[in-house]
Amino acid sequence: MSEEPTLKDQIRQVLAEHARLAVPIGTLDDHADLFLAGMTSHASVNVMLALEDRFEIEFPESMLRKSTFQSVAAIDAALSELQSVSA
Amino acid sequence: MTIEDLSVGVDLVDISEVAKSVKRFGDKYLRRVYTEHEIACCKGPPDVAAGSLAARFAAKEATLKVLRPDGARPDWRSIEVVRLPNGSCKLRLRGAAARLAVERGLGPFALSMTHEAGLAAAVVVSGSASGYGGEPTMEGHEP
Repeated sequence: MSEEPTLKDQIRQVLAEHARLAVPIGTLDDHADLFLAGMTSHASVNVMLALEDRFEIEFPESMLRKSTFQSVAAIDAALSELQSVSA
Repeated sequence: MTIEDLSVGVDLVDISEVAKSVKRFGDKYLRRVYTEHEIACCKGPPDVAAGSLAARFAAKEATLKVLRPDGARPDWRSIEVVRLPNGSCKLRLRGAAARLAVERGLGPFALSMTHEAGLAAAVVVSGSASGYGGEPTMEGHEP
């Protein structure tokens, strides 16, 4: 039986589809800088919208900062915060 | 005013990426990033519209490079490209972007945009209110 994908697995899937990274997401650890790995500002908008669709949340303006989308770990922390608020 | 009083921001956007975003996210993408005025100015065949939208996105990012937010970045819609009746474009800041400009003592802003061969680019140049011997104000911006 397959295991449920973790939050970080789902984040990595969104990044693979939308971040336009110069290297495969699987080669980056959770704290690797996604902007240094090739994610553009415009690609980060797509990542944000795809995360909102997948997790049925909306990033408030206070979270619209480069650091929110800087790494898998940073996105994981932001989503966890938003999900705890909406729970 | 001296050259030290000027701030410059530039940005380059792949037009095909904007076209993909419009196709994938539709209105959600448009209404999250662009104002009603900007959306109205970018009507037309998808390829043409994507070029105009990409130039505006580049303008917003170039402006952010001038504003240099330390914390939360202003909403993209608080930086608006306004098309004037004569066809030229200028920047209008409101909300958090306008407040940041005042805090940084920036303004007035000059904007130039272009798009061709799959890419859109924008350059924003800002004077410094102190460079004009005046205090920064909200004049020309909306709160």
